[in-house]
Order: sequence, then structure tokens, then C-alpha cells
Amino acid sequence: MNNSQNDGPPQTLPVQSATFSQNVNSEIRRAAATGIYDIRGGGAKRKVPHFDDLLFLGASISRYPLEGYREKCETKVTLGTRFAKKPIVIDTPITIAGMSFGALSGPAKEALGRGASMAGTSTTTGDGGMTPEERGHSTKLVYQYLPSRYGMNPDDLRKADAIEVVVGQGAKPGGGGMLLGQKISDRVAEMRNLPKGIDQRSACRHPDWTGPDDLEIKILELREITNWEKPIYIKVGGARPYFDTTLAVKAGADVVVLDGMQGGTAATQDVFIEHVGQPILACIREAVRALQDQGMHREVQLIVSGGVRTGADVAKCMALGADAVAIGTAALIALGDNDPRWEDEYQKLGTTNGAYDDWHEGQDPAGITTQDPDLMARFDPVDGGRRLRNYLNVMTLEAQTIARACGKNHLHNLEPEDLCAITLEAAAMAKVPLAGTDWYPGKPGTSY
Amino acid sequence: MQTFDLAAEGLRELNSTLHAQSEETNQTKWEVVNPRGSHAIAVGLDAPIEVNIKGSTGYYCGGMNKQATVHVHGSAGPGVAENMMSGTVVVEGDASQYAGATGNGGLLVVKGNASSRCGISMKGIDIVVHGNIGHMSAFMAQSGNLVVCGDAGDALGDSIYEARLFVRGSVKSLGADCIEKEMRPEHIEILTDLLARAGSDAKPEEFKRYGSARQLYNFKIDNAY
Repeated sequence: MNNSQNDGPPQTLPVQSATFSQNVNSEIRRAAATGIYDIRGGGAKRKVPHFDDLLFLGASISRYPLEGYREKCETKVTLGTRFAKKPIVIDTPITIAGMSFGALSGPAKEALGRGASMAGTSTTTGDGGMTPEERGHSTKLVYQYLPSRYGMNPDDLRKADAIEVVVGQGAKPGGGGMLLGQKISDRVAEMRNLPKGIDQRSACRHPDWTGPDDLEIKILELREITNWEKPIYIKVGGARPYFDTTLAVKAGADVVVLDGMQGGTAATQDVFIEHVGQPILACIREAVRALQDQGMHREVQLIVSGGVRTGADVAKCMALGADAVAIGTAALIALGDNDPRWEDEYQKLGTTNGAYDDWHEGQDPAGITTQDPDLMARFDPVDGGRRLRNYLNVMTLEAQTIARACGKNHLHNLEPEDLCAITLEAAAMAKVPLAGTDWYPGKPGTSY
Repeated sequence: MQTFDLAAEGLRELNSTLHAQSEETNQTKWEVVNPRGSHAIAVGLDAPIEVNIKGSTGYYCGGMNKQATVHVHGSAGPGVAENMMSGTVVVEGDASQYAGATGNGGLLVVKGNASSRCGISMKGIDIVVHGNIGHMSAFMAQSGNLVVCGDAGDALGDSIYEARLFVRGSVKSLGADCIEKEMRPEHIEILTDLLARAGSDAKPEEFKRYGSARQLYNFKIDNAY
């Protein structure tokens, strides 16, 4: 570009449209060429108000901190205290979210079980049933009860340590799962009782109940079959957290699992991932308010998920009122998903590390989101389990560091009062004061 | 025979008593009186026992059954025999919605009519309905056989996979990807056996067979070209 006045009139620089960005234009071209919507894995990639927009205040003259590494800061959590005869006790409030065998390889599921077990926490099955490897390597296993009921049977139900009735998930509230033909191997097809190689779509609604009154009876049935021993979780996507939490409690949940739009999926339409559901930051306080309004906060436990990455995120969730968190995408990254070591292969697939999200195609260079035996062989479940344990331990230590700095001897004792927000949006969603003020939008007794 | 008064002793006691029966139990015959439409009666059984329920039941009677024979001497509420694995459930009267939903095995017999979504997501169960069935039955039905001696409502077999549907009467409409299929000798054989086991005197030759056109099994994906 030559702006010299000696060579003719000055020219303006080319301007890219913010509305018609290169990303938008490439999607228009892709849609025009293929005639089918884009399918991908993962959660929302757009920037939304998140935990990074919150800060802890820490102790000072008016608050008394605890000594890091010396004074006790508990992390143990008990889930399922409301009705279950055998609640789950986990050593750290970071659980592993539901991910299916089918979406993930058998060894990847094994690694999740190994890592979670070493860290003293639970892992969760997914849309495809319980595998023996997973049960065998998970000391605490939550069994998902999904609309598709693939592989669902009463024996596995009884083998579980808790049952999670999945109503929705953050990546696609209102949508069912997808598993494309490339990943329907013989074993996956057999477990799901489906023809091999089909593009499988799971139902979005449960087949034998509709609405909260039916759900209450369904939960009665599950409890009767399992002798009232297992905690019953209800998982909802971040859509209407106040009402969904209220109805889950009414239906008899021991635990509510709330998943924001950043939560991942194995495969769904990109338009669904990016345009349906709320950020988790906007959901937590509303769910806690629902529990408090019913006198059930801490009696019915709240697990939140959707973009939890660090111990700071964990601490912020706890401060906003959650009892525990769940991680999915972060756990996969700890196992080796999207690792730069496979960059050459990501390039061959037309992508790059960090952006790879075609999990549905079964060509994962890291051997995690695949059923291809050669790719699966690249992944060592023992090593993967060790990495996940390390990561879980680091997150726990980070959360404890923050809690001690706030003077709390249990992560549960963190509270909204420990937080401030650095954006107006985050202040409004988390209902904590904008930094430097005592106000947030919507604060009772104040006007906008 | 053991008689259990549900109104007096309660649901928890009933189910835990039935769960306590082992493969070798010699208490194989049970009678439940005063069911009064209670939910979750005789769910999760796993022993070769026979449970006769003297009256109508609420939701999910015989749910997730294995091995046992559960006989409802009345009508059954929604989700009777849901996710059954094996054994037999017989309803003398009518069945409400989702009868036999997601069942993996065993035989469900409804002597009266079944409501909507009968056999939804069925995965290997056999269902014989002596009367009619309601709309959206056999939705996403994966495998197994659904036999209807009367008529079927709207959208039969919508998004069906490999389940076989046999209907003697009229079908109000077929759902997406469900078509009428040729009745071959092996189907007559299956039907003859199921009708006999279900105590129906309907003639197999009077039925038409419906199943998947398999046009929805694969959809084009973004990188398919």
C-alpha cells in the first residue's frame, strides 16, 4: 500500500467488515457449497462474560487470611444428602462430566476413570451405556440416564454410585446427541443396538416421561429399583436456571447439575452451540436463588459446568454458591486433546491445535475422540490418567490458595462477598459489585 | 402363594421383598392386592417369579423387568414394562402411553388398547396389543417386534430403525421413513409365534408389515464432498 502523496491520491487501507468477518464469510461459502449445516464438537467459542471477569478481593485488615500450605482448607464434598442412603463423598469438588463411550475411545474413558479415581473424585458415563473398563477404573461412577437409553439396563444402574437423569446440556439445551457413522464401530453399534455405520441422532426428550410431575414418578421408579441407595442427579442445560432448578428439586433431585453454553458436546450443529443457552456465569446465582427460595441450598447440592478451566474458576463457582463443578473439555485437554505435538496432522485436517473441533469425524490425531484402532493406539490410558490426576490436583491446590487468601477453611465457605466484577455484564450476571463500587445492575433497592 | 396387601404394607416393602427373591426361590407365586393405581409396582425384578396384581396400576409397572412374569389384572398407567430386559408382562385391560418404551427383551401383552407412543425407542422387546394403539407408536424403534391386532394411530414408526411392525387393521398414517414392507415367510413365522404366546387368535395372514425405508440412516455432513 502506498500512501505517498507523490504517487497519486492517498488510498485508504482495506477494511474488513465486523459484520461480514472472514469467519462469517467462510461459513457462508461452506454452506453454499454443501447445503448442510456445520457440525462440530466442543462448546461455544464466542466470547461471553465468564469467570475471568470476576476477581477475588482477598483478606486485608477487615478479613483474616489463613496460612497457605499450613492451615487447613477442606475440599471434601458430600453429594446426595437429601434422600440417598449412600451419598457420594469426593475429596475435591471437581468432578468429571458425562462423556460417552462412542464419542470417546475406550482407553480415553479408562483414563478419565483412572485420573478421577486417583484424585478422589467421580467420573460419569454418557450416551452409550457403561463399559466394563470405565466401571473398573472409576471408584465413583455416575451413570447417566438419557433420552436415548442406549445401553441402559438395570444391572448397570445398580452398579452405579449415582444416577444422573439428563434433561439437557449446555452446548445444546433442547437438543439430543449425535454420533456420526464414522464412529459407530461394531462395539458402539452393539452397545446402542443400532446398525453399524449409521449417522445416529439421539432423542431430545425422554421417551417415557414429560414434564416435572412425570419426572417425579420416574425418579421414584429409579429409587425403587436401586433400593433408595443412589443419589439422583438431574442435569439441565443453562436455559432457565431458576425454574429448571426449582422443578428439579420439586421432582426429587438429590443433586442439580447445571451446564452453561461453554460446556462441550461430542457433536452438534454449530448454530446450536453458539446461539442456544446462556453462559454459565449467568446461571449460577439464579440456580442458587431457586435453591434458597425452597430452603434447599446445600441440602440439594449444585454442580456447575461449562468452561471451568482453573482452580480460580472452581473457587469462583464455589463462591457463587455451587457445591462442586464438573469439567469435560478441560479434562480432554489434560489427556492430550488439541496438543501442539500433533500439529502436522491437524494441518492435514485443515485446522490447527487449539481449534480442532471435528470430534464427530473420528480422525482425532490425539486418539481420544475416535474409534479408529490405529489412532486409539496412540493414547496411553495410564499416562493419560496420571496427567488428569495432576491437573485435578493443581486445580484443587489453586482453589485452596484462593480460599485461604480469603480466610476460608473450606472451599464451601467462599461467598459472593469475596468477589467483585470487572465488567458491568459480569457484575449483573454474577450479582457481585462492579470493582470499585458497591453496586451491580439489578441490585435490589437500587435503580439502573 | 404369597399375598401382599399394597395398601397396608407399602410400595417400598413390596419391591424390596420381591427384589429379595433369588434365582432359586421357591416362593414363585405372588399376589398383590389393593394396588389402587400406585406407581412403580414390581419394578426392577430379577428372578423367575410370577406376580399377579389384582387391579389397576399407575406409572412404570414392571419397569426394567428381568425374568419375572408380571400380570396386571386391570389397566396399566404410563410406561408399563418400560426398558424390560426379559420375562413377560401381561395387562388384561388397557395400557396408557409409552407401553414397553425402550424395552430390550421379553414379551409385553396388552389385552385391551394401548395409548400413544407404544413401543417408543424399543430395543428388542416384543409387544403384542390385542386392540388398537395410539399415535407416534414405535417412534425411533430400534429392534424387536410390535404386533397390533387392531388399528394404529398417526405417525406409526416415525424415524424407525430396524424394528418390525405388524398391524392387522388400518394405519392412520406412517411416520417419517416408515413404509409398508413385504411379508415374507420368516415374518409369518415370527408373527405366528408371537400371536400364540400372546393368546391371540388373529391370523398372521391378515397383517401387514411396516419397517424402515432406511433413508434417514445417513445425512450429508459438512466435509462429505
